[in-house]
Amino acid sequence: MPEDLLISLRQITRVYGSGAAEVRALDGVDIDITRGEFVAIMGPSGSGKSTAMNVIGCFDRPTSWQYRFNGVEVGGLSNDQLALLRRHYLGFIFQGYNLLPRMSARDNVELPLIYKCLPKQARIARAERALDLVGLGGRAGHDPSQLSGGQQQRVAIARALAGNPRVVLADEPTGNLDTKRSAEIMELLVDLRRERNLTIVMVTHEDDMAAYADRLIWMVDGKVQRDGPTRQEVQDAV
Amino acid sequence: MLFETLKLALASILRNALRSFLTVLGVVIGVASVLAMVTVGQGSSDQVIADVEQLGTNVLLVLPGQQAMGSRSMGERARPFTLRDVDLLLEAVPTIEAAAPIASGQATMVFGSENHRAQITATDARYLVASDWPLALGRNFTVGETQGGRAACILGETVREALFGASDPVGESIRVRNFTCEVIGVLEAKGASSFGTDQDDVVLMPIRTFQRRVAGNTDVATIYVAVEDDFSTEDAMREIEFVMRDLRRIGETEEDDFTVMDMKQVASMLTGITGVLTGLLAAVAAVSLLVGGIGIMNIMLVSVTERTREIGIRMAIGAQANQVLMQFLIEAVALSLLGGGLGAVLGLIIAAVVSHLMVIPFAPDPLIILLAFIFSAFVGVVFGYFPALSAARLDPIEALRHE
Repeated sequence: MPEDLLISLRQITRVYGSGAAEVRALDGVDIDITRGEFVAIMGPSGSGKSTAMNVIGCFDRPTSWQYRFNGVEVGGLSNDQLALLRRHYLGFIFQGYNLLPRMSARDNVELPLIYKCLPKQARIARAERALDLVGLGGRAGHDPSQLSGGQQQRVAIARALAGNPRVVLADEPTGNLDTKRSAEIMELLVDLRRERNLTIVMVTHEDDMAAYADRLIWMVDGKVQRDGPTRQEVQDAV
Repeated sequence: MLFETLKLALASILRNALRSFLTVLGVVIGVASVLAMVTVGQGSSDQVIADVEQLGTNVLLVLPGQQAMGSRSMGERARPFTLRDVDLLLEAVPTIEAAAPIASGQATMVFGSENHRAQITATDARYLVASDWPLALGRNFTVGETQGGRAACILGETVREALFGASDPVGESIRVRNFTCEVIGVLEAKGASSFGTDQDDVVLMPIRTFQRRVAGNTDVATIYVAVEDDFSTEDAMREIEFVMRDLRRIGETEEDDFTVMDMKQVASMLTGITGVLTGLLAAVAAVSLLVGGIGIMNIMLVSVTERTREIGIRMAIGAQANQVLMQFLIEAVALSLLGGGLGAVLGLIIAAVVSHLMVIPFAPDPLIILLAFIFSAFVGVVFGYFPALSAARLDPIEALRHE
């Protein structure tokens, strides 16, 4: 096993329902992700890409497991241990931003740090540094309702990064944004990844967004159909 | 972490200020009523004890029948005493300084075109001395008047006011039932008793007059006994019991059909009545706390549903189930404590006003206030637990999808 192998899924199966209504959302999926990779997962709806994301994000318990995260077998962990794993190693970005309303941008970014039990001063300092990083240093006191969609997603990215995660999981991060804002968000992610050696796993259905990744996993019917460099990289190489 | 959670809970409570207030109203009413009742009850007990002690520690009360705590025992009516009993008792027990017979009833008093119904306390000249009640006008009964049963009376302030208004009643005659009675004095105003009754709504008259003209019998309901200062009341009580058994011809094996009480026992009997009352009302208040608790549970369940997505987000960024549980539990407890605090303030204000109106001491008990807080926190924990548990058991994936 390579030393910098961070995520290793082996023969993951996730079955919903039973009998005739049985749905195999994941059907024997193998995925390895090494440290620092930017992986895009694509596929038609119902292909299992969201379920794969939930498994990687330690939300969902597959029907059969073999998932090693950072060398730890996730299968045997309790719900509370999964929560600890999310708290210390994972950062999430959602399509709908999922910021808490009636809470300033700074308070939103502080949230994961509260669960990490950081003292107040350190929390504020880190939250403001994270907001600077996404270019929203001047908006720390604004409520989400006072921010545009692109700005809200930046706050969400700051929140995902504030806890210094190993992996950022992004579920359709540009799904609610126009082309220009989407490009800005993607460039921000690419920059952050380069600066911090982040591992990013992103689910998307837009080729343009997937092009920012350096590896593309194409899923169909709960199976990995294609796994390789993105077309962009292929083109660059040519 | 705890501080953050508390701040969050308060923010959430204040965000829905009106809803929060209505939710805790049940707890507010429960705590306020418990506190008000207990405080007023305590104040009136203090007043009873003070009143009774004012009569003097050397005063004994002899009553017919067995006196149980707080109420007269059931069964046949006990034989009353007679004036002869009083005289014989005075003769037989040398340590008795004075013994005053008391009987009472109600009658309508008429003067001119005014009439007024009042309590009659029938006794003799020693009553005013024993009860330490000074006269505002006129004089006390003479021995001749009480022995001869003359139609003379002393008015309480309320009766004087009702019949005579501003004019001087001493020397005038009022009609009591079918006889005319000369007013020889007016008592000083005393105000309401510890039970809220008007002590000045009373007319004193010689007991023989009362027996002959009002009651139509020779009964004495109560005997006030003053023991000589240098003798112990315990010894006097034993002697009185012995003499009364003899006077009333009670056999060796029979129980007493009368009771001798010192003022401590009188006080505990009277406060016993308020104690029972306080207990009953406290039970009613406990029911209102229960209803308040259910209100809190209801609104917390609504809150959990409203904030499903928030719960999902918190779980996604690493909140453990028990942290979510704590968040909602603390919110419920903060809510009920808020109710407890408002209730405590309200209850003390009510108690202060009622105490003022009843002219009794305002006696707030810090222990009861503390207890009210502990109890409302308890209500928050009990009724907040289920909603908090349902929040903690949410599936993060489902919660994040919740609209």
